[in-house]
Amino acid sequence: MLKLKKLSLACSLALGAMVAVAPSAQAQVSDNVIKIGFITDMSSLYADIDGAGGVEAIKMAIADMGGAIDGKKIELVTADHQNKPDVGAVKAREWFDTQGLDMLVGGTNSGVNLAMAKVAAEKKKPFLAVGPGSSALTNEQCTPYTVHYAYDTVALAKGTGGAVVKAGGKSWFFLTADYAFGHALEADTSRVVKAAGGTVLGSVRVPLNASDFSSFLLQAQGSKAQILGLANAGGDTVNAIKAANEFGITKTMKLAGLLMFINDVHSLGLKATEGMYLTDSWYWNHDAETRAWARKFFDKMKRMPSSVQAADYSVVQTYLKAVKAAKTDDGDKVLDQMRKTKINDMYAKGGYIRPDGRMVHDMYLMQVKTPAQSKEPWDYYNVVATIKGEDAFTTKAESKCALWK
Amino acid sequence: MDIFGIPIQAFLGQLLLGLVNGSFYAMLSLGLAVIFGLLGIVNFAHGALYMIGAYVAWIGLDRFGINYWVSLVLAPIVVGVIGAMIERTLLRHLYRIDPIYGLLLTFGLALIAEGIFRFYFGVSGESYPVPEQLAGATNLGFMVLPNYRAWVVFASLVVCLGTWFLIERTRLGAYLRAGTENPTLVQAFGVNVPVLVMLTYAAGAGLAALAGVLASPVIQVTPLMGSNLIIVVFAVVVIGGMGSILGSILTGLGLGVIEGLTKVFYPEASNIVVFVIMAIVLMIRPAGLFGRER
Repeated sequence: MLKLKKLSLACSLALGAMVAVAPSAQAQVSDNVIKIGFITDMSSLYADIDGAGGVEAIKMAIADMGGAIDGKKIELVTADHQNKPDVGAVKAREWFDTQGLDMLVGGTNSGVNLAMAKVAAEKKKPFLAVGPGSSALTNEQCTPYTVHYAYDTVALAKGTGGAVVKAGGKSWFFLTADYAFGHALEADTSRVVKAAGGTVLGSVRVPLNASDFSSFLLQAQGSKAQILGLANAGGDTVNAIKAANEFGITKTMKLAGLLMFINDVHSLGLKATEGMYLTDSWYWNHDAETRAWARKFFDKMKRMPSSVQAADYSVVQTYLKAVKAAKTDDGDKVLDQMRKTKINDMYAKGGYIRPDGRMVHDMYLMQVKTPAQSKEPWDYYNVVATIKGEDAFTTKAESKCALWK
Repeated sequence: MDIFGIPIQAFLGQLLLGLVNGSFYAMLSLGLAVIFGLLGIVNFAHGALYMIGAYVAWIGLDRFGINYWVSLVLAPIVVGVIGAMIERTLLRHLYRIDPIYGLLLTFGLALIAEGIFRFYFGVSGESYPVPEQLAGATNLGFMVLPNYRAWVVFASLVVCLGTWFLIERTRLGAYLRAGTENPTLVQAFGVNVPVLVMLTYAAGAGLAALAGVLASPVIQVTPLMGSNLIIVVFAVVVIGGMGSILGSILTGLGLGVIEGLTKVFYPEASNIVVFVIMAIVLMIRPAGLFGRER
């Protein structure tokens, strides 16, 4: 009890000290502190993809910049949005209004990110969305302050959809999560499949978090399609793949996971996933540079980083470099600096931020290795093709973003 | 031949799959019904106990090489002991007061258990392999049924009927029922009622764990697996009639089948059909299909 009291006393003293410092703000860096916020799913179905690992990645980025820029300390605050858009938006607003937040990193969940993007735009602060998939962030709902950094549904559809049709998978059936993200992924992929000369034989809309997929899978099998497109994510994808193996669906149909992360493959095991195609923005075992960073991450988290966690590191470092170059943490100036500079690090090569906010970089089409091909734990993918950023994301002709006309 | 535009073979297949899911509902709602019927506790920790059962099996296999068949016995015992400890230290203080406290306490316990497992294992979950004796599938003509799923139906029917028999047809069951009806009088006859009650809760917890082990080769073992299921199971118990043992078994199986058919005719509604039925049943028979008005 005494300890607790001491702790809370220390906390309130520290808070008091911060408030006391606040009014003496310098001209260049507000409050003498560069304050970064990170709001993501820390506890529910997307927590392994980002969550505590994402926090660690951001801390690594801050540490690699020396913890300060020109003597101004870099601070990080984090929160769990519980997959509720209102929780994320309220937290972001609170931080911008009362904590002098300079930049917000958006974690997983498209719904929450769309809500936070609106708040950041209103406050004229950079909003760097890493975890969400919805392409609406840089399309219908683009803002001058949103940067969509890692991947989106369009890139996933073009990558996996295009490659599978090219490899001979002409007829498709979709198992679709029955909410906005699933519908978007199905629609985007259907378009790609049809454009490449394939056909879509049907789809079944499955409620989110369904506990049993066998019934839906039998319907899919009844369609006699060659490819089963999984337009879902997280636990739904994992349980669908498990049941598909159990019911022998994988003998007659090939599975295409439209949004899969390395954590999903890890928890399912290679036996259940071997041969599957997937598209991702980054893979830890890609080259020496990615491996070196991934091993540092592994030492701390005891698991290899997902693409989202690698992007968390990259986006924060990109932001901090821009602050250093622009010699300010003013939102507009830093974003200008970020748009001017090519991104070259372990995450992206020659990446750049378009006027609609999309960070354009290469995506990778990968195939899951067989258990025999895998040489070590987490050695799961063969990179089949590199998809040029210009081909992966929404094109100018397709874009509905008013900032990119 | 078609039934409502669905080939009869596909129809039969879906019926059977519904029965498999219904077996899980039956087993979980059975444990809830036993605990509510004999203790008057609305056990919201049931989903967590189911999850812990699955994790005991997974940890046993992964860390200690304990096989599926041993886990089938071991996990219910481990979770039963946890249940007994919960009853002794926490629940027994709540029998004389409003049931809402029992509900809140068990709900809190469920959240704590989920949090602990999430902290240690993450949310992506673990894969439990199908035991090799039950691997493979049998072609029934109208569908290919994995052997494991057939085993699930068989095992759960045996367990459900066994429990029903124990409580409704044996002397021990009679003590139990009498002990909850009038504890003082039964105690006066020399029956140790508190121990009986503790064992009842432990048995209910063990049933949940058994369902967890049975489920682990079928679905991903995750800390959230219990909370995904528990709400449906509560609806099953309410439809069957709170505390009715036979009611919960029959309703569990029946609703599994109805849900399975909904997945064919209108998949989008498959996660709410159970609740629609619950609303209708509550309007017509507030005590549930098999419940007695008190």
